[in-house]
Amino acid sequence: MANLRPLLRRSEFDLAHDSLRDLNLYLHKQAAQDGVSQIEVKNPDGAHSIACGLDADLDVQIHGHVGYYVAGMNKHASVTVHGNAGPGAAENMMSGRVHIRGFASTAAGASAHGGLLIIDGDASLRCGISLKGADIVVGGSVGSFSAFMAQAGRIVICGDAEDALGDSLYEAVIYVRGRVRSLGADARFEPMTDTDRAALKALLAQSGLAHDPAEFRRVASAKSLYHWHADANQEY
Amino acid sequence: MTGPQMEESAGFDRSIIDYIQRAAATGLYEIRGLGAKRRVPNFDDLLFLAASLSRYPLEGYRERCATKTVLGTRFATRPIELAIPITVAGMSFGALSARVKDALGRAATEVGTSTTTGDGGMTAEERASSKTLIYQCLPSRYGFDPDDVRRADAIEIVIGQGAKPGGGGMLLGQKVNPRVARMRTLPEGVDQRSASRHPDWTGPDDLVIKIKELREITDWEKPIYVKVGATRVFNDVKLAVHAGADVIVVDGMQGGTAATQTVFIEHVGIPTLAALRQAVDALEDLNMRGTVQLVISGGIRSGADVAKALAMGADAVAIGQGVLMALGCNSDTYVAGGQHVSAVEDYARLGTAPGFCHHCHTGKCPVGVTTQDAALELRLDPAVGAKRLRNYFKTVNMELTTIARACGKQDVHHLEKEDLVALTVEAAAMAGVPLAGTSWIPGRPA
Repeated sequence: MANLRPLLRRSEFDLAHDSLRDLNLYLHKQAAQDGVSQIEVKNPDGAHSIACGLDADLDVQIHGHVGYYVAGMNKHASVTVHGNAGPGAAENMMSGRVHIRGFASTAAGASAHGGLLIIDGDASLRCGISLKGADIVVGGSVGSFSAFMAQAGRIVICGDAEDALGDSLYEAVIYVRGRVRSLGADARFEPMTDTDRAALKALLAQSGLAHDPAEFRRVASAKSLYHWHADANQEY
Repeated sequence: MTGPQMEESAGFDRSIIDYIQRAAATGLYEIRGLGAKRRVPNFDDLLFLAASLSRYPLEGYRERCATKTVLGTRFATRPIELAIPITVAGMSFGALSARVKDALGRAATEVGTSTTTGDGGMTAEERASSKTLIYQCLPSRYGFDPDDVRRADAIEIVIGQGAKPGGGGMLLGQKVNPRVARMRTLPEGVDQRSASRHPDWTGPDDLVIKIKELREITDWEKPIYVKVGATRVFNDVKLAVHAGADVIVVDGMQGGTAATQTVFIEHVGIPTLAALRQAVDALEDLNMRGTVQLVISGGIRSGADVAKALAMGADAVAIGQGVLMALGCNSDTYVAGGQHVSAVEDYARLGTAPGFCHHCHTGKCPVGVTTQDAALELRLDPAVGAKRLRNYFKTVNMELTTIARACGKQDVHHLEKEDLVALTVEAAAMAGVPLAGTSWIPGRPA
């Protein structure tokens, strides 16, 4: 399945005609060499794994809806989806920027170590699960179990959060503006500090959002699960 | 002292009473390392039918017996080529010290086989010392880095492990030192909790898509392994094949762990013997033997075990606990300055003794194998460890070829189920081979 034939210099792929393999191979091995920095992708038609594994300073614009794992494991690149994204958008991202102009399905930004994931609309279940240092800004609301076991990084939720927000959190911090249906095990509301407000203001500005940081609450770990003990709640 | 008036209960013997009273006192379950200690049907319950009048043996010291093993031929453009079918099982940096990971890589490279990362990412030491390194993708994704995906020789998606199928990783705070914490993005000293499900996919249909993503990221070059803990092996292997795995690793209940609840280790999963037969049945059912390679692990110790596993249909084995024991696990001494130094008192401080120790979870390994303690880890010199492990693997491989030659095979992969019989009814049923001296396979029509 590996396509090893050289591809012509290009700045546009139409997945109605071009293969996903050709697109990803070009992005991985040739775009930077060709000096191409901006690539347009048309007719993604829900394809999975578009622009995954990028490792160069590229600007990829995807016009339409995408399937699973768009921009998965991204490094350095900026990827914009002008549409909705399936599960695992920007999963395990290390750096760069991924912007979903529409809605995102489950596990957006899962285990992402760095970079910025922006979702203009809502994000479904488990947004930011196992987060390891990236920033996620959600313009809308998030589904249940968002930030489950999130270890580091920041999640900004401009809308509401469903059940079990921040369950089993480690060191990640959540800023939520709307209603929280319930907090997960070991998550708690904490007072916003000046540092929080400054960080939040910067994240909102990077995401093109104009909300007042004063409207947000901070959720972080109570750290009662950091060490095994007999009275820890093990039936969340 | 027992006597006629002192009858110990079979159901509530002293060990059970001790368990109940410890639970009552602490409210905590026991956590420990290594694998199941209970006896279950295993490879010792099988015997080979070597050549005689109806088969020609090979001359033991003159005729070649091939051991080359190729894994990942289904889709990957760069399959793994190994000199022997004996590999090092996935064990984490965190569970083991960086020096141990280095030693594993050195030895594996010398004998021409692969090593495997574990929960916690890839260390520079093990990448540098391992010619062939399998990179695990686990539910926790601790330290998971696309640069390491690109540096790896194959990717292994871990669904579960034999010691705790259905359970997540565990590493107690005493082993979460600054480097381990940094690699796993955890606070130093925290008792690590880990997810048991992958964060970004659920179920076999999603796994198809996840494997495709990994193939896209690696430009279809690297084999994708799928590792399952042995439970419903027949179904799991079929699902892994359908999901697109190049190689399937099945880890039986005797498989080891750095730290897991004892109740998990002893009471969850099925024996390696039964798991292997189910895995082979599944591949045969799909006509996929030879297309999708099978690696079996979980309590593999010797060349006899490897030979029996290959005869039952495995393409290779992975060894974990045996590897640690080759390095010195449960030895009464460690080597310092070329001299053997007694570690017996250190075992005693853990409440145990050489031959009985399973205290990997404490981080106080008396021989410096399963520790992150700066002083203790010096007890394992990577060069010494690598030499011992190389010797062990060479011995196991010579035993394997000895048996294969005696069975008349020019290639260890030609060993077959027809070469085996079972000593017990249970083993015959689990392995699907006849009870010795009969043609009876329990559960099969005569």
